[in-house]
Parts: sequence; structure tokens; C-alpha cells
Amino acid sequence: MNNLNVAKIQLNGSPYEINIETNLNQLLNKLRIKKTKVAIEVNGAIVEKNKYPKVILNKGDKVEIVHFIGGG
Amino acid sequence: MQDVFTIANKNFKSRLIVGTGKYKDFKETADAVKASDADIVTVAVRRVNISDKNQPLLMDYLDPKSITYLPNTAGCYTSEDALRTRRLGDKKTLYPNMIETIKSTEILVKEGFEVMVYCTDDPILSKKLEDTGACAIMPLAAPIGSGIGIQNRTNITLIKEQSTVPVIVDAGVGTASDATIAMELGCDGVLVNTAIAEAKNPVLMAESMKHAVLAGRKAFKAERMKKRKYGCSSSPQENLI
Repeated sequence: MNNLNVAKIQLNGSPYEINIETNLNQLLNKLRIKKTKVAIEVNGAIVEKNKYPKVILNKGDKVEIVHFIGGG
Repeated sequence: MQDVFTIANKNFKSRLIVGTGKYKDFKETADAVKASDADIVTVAVRRVNISDKNQPLLMDYLDPKSITYLPNTAGCYTSEDALRTRRLGDKKTLYPNMIETIKSTEILVKEGFEVMVYCTDDPILSKKLEDTGACAIMPLAAPIGSGIGIQNRTNITLIKEQSTVPVIVDAGVGTASDATIAMELGCDGVLVNTAIAEAKNPVLMAESMKHAVLAGRKAFKAERMKKRKYGCSSSPQENLI
């Protein structure tokens, strides 16, 4: 039986289950990732950090959490 | 007199930009960056590893507040296509695909990004990039990571002469003299990664690159002597004993 309280999203290319009504701040908290160290893209568009609490994730959303690494 | 390096209306002290890839660890990266005196470092943007979040972060070692991060896939956030094309190139030579590079520059400039474009040392295509809105032209000296130095001084000189935006030699520098030559040709800056990271002593090489860029820049500003075919005595010929 499908749990109505969870929604499947794509997180960094892999399926991931979240509680419905999860916003980006809550997602980062759950993942224990500091928001100052990353950038988030939802369905191809970057989200400004001050909008994280307002962006509620929906079923099927494609979320990319990226950061800077060493590179030339 | 201060010799300020300006890119997209931002001023920098150092004309050396260093890459942060290929180092043993972040400590070595940070030590090399410090020794190089660079104000700008290039970085890559990649997915956070969700399953292992305790890995050390570059940002813990290089404070983005005190050093400018230049993402080498600049603008990838809002233009998936541009991100993909930026990575396009020949797999063996790593030569940039200039047709795709021009297309992505166009997209990114329209989206409001300041784009510093890595490109081949082709004067026509470099001009096209500038006309497309690139804020800096970054021709390769030689294939990226090759360390064989400037292969076509004529082209680099032509690109510098025709450009109204900064020209920064990106890729192919192998040792200090290569960086000096780029600056002597009149380039505005040099980007170095592998030559520092793969030196036996990266921190010492970073310091050497700092001096190489300064030396080359000063030589360029001083305007070198004319070349002569034959010898010319430096001591007076009169009143010989």
C-alpha cells in the first residue's frame, strides 16, 4: 500500500523518499548538510538560500545538491 | 604604482590564478594557494555525496570570503545545456569544443553571468567569444595538463593585441618560465593548476609561479630591448689602453 505521507523525489540522480510538505531547509536538516556549504537546484533552476523554507518539494521533483570541490 | 588586474569590474592584486585540482589533500591545496599569493582559485561544482557527508570540504580550507572562487563550469546552475557543453571536448586531447563553447557563452551571457571562457588559441574564435560577451578570454598554451608550455606565441600575441577584455593563458603551463613567457607576451594573467599540483614540491612551485608572473609582467611593462643579429659590446670602445 502506498504511504500517502511520503513522496518520491530524485535526489542527486537517485530515488529518495521524503515526507510530504518537506521544504529545502528540512531536507538539508534531515541530510545533516549545512546550507552554507552547498547550492541546490530544483528541476533545473537554482534556488536562492533565503527561499529554502518556502520551497516545498513535490513528488517527482529533481533535486541536485552540489558543492565546490578541487578542480582546475 | 599599483598594477591592478581587473576582470568584469572586479579588481585583483595577483595576475596568477591557481586551480585546486590534483593535490594530495586540502591542506596541501591551501598551502600552495597561500604560497602562490593568488586572489582567484578555480573550483569544480559536483554533487554532494549524500551517503558520506563527513568528507572534508574545500571551503573549510579556502575561505570563499577571502579568496574568489571561479567555478570552472561557471553558470551551470541555471543552464543544464551549458553545463553539459562546457564539459564537451575531445576526450583524448581535452581540446575545448569551440562551437559548443560559443553557444554556451551566448546562453550564459544572456542569463547575466560573467563568463571567462577557456578556448583554443584561435584569434578568430577568440574575437567571436569577445563579441558574444565573454568577460575574459582564456586561450590554452598547450593541451590542458600537458605542461609543455606556450606552443604558439604568435597566436597568443595576436589574441592579446585584438582583445579589449583580459587575456589569461589557461592550460599547458609546465614550469615558471612558461608563465613568465605568457606575461612577457602581454597577457593579463596566467592560470596554473597541474604545474603546481604535480611538482614534487607543490608549495615551492606555487611560490615560484608567483614570482614568474610578477617577473613576466614587469618585463612586459619595461618593454624589452630590440633583438640584434650580432654581438654588441656593453663596454665603451674608446680610450682602450
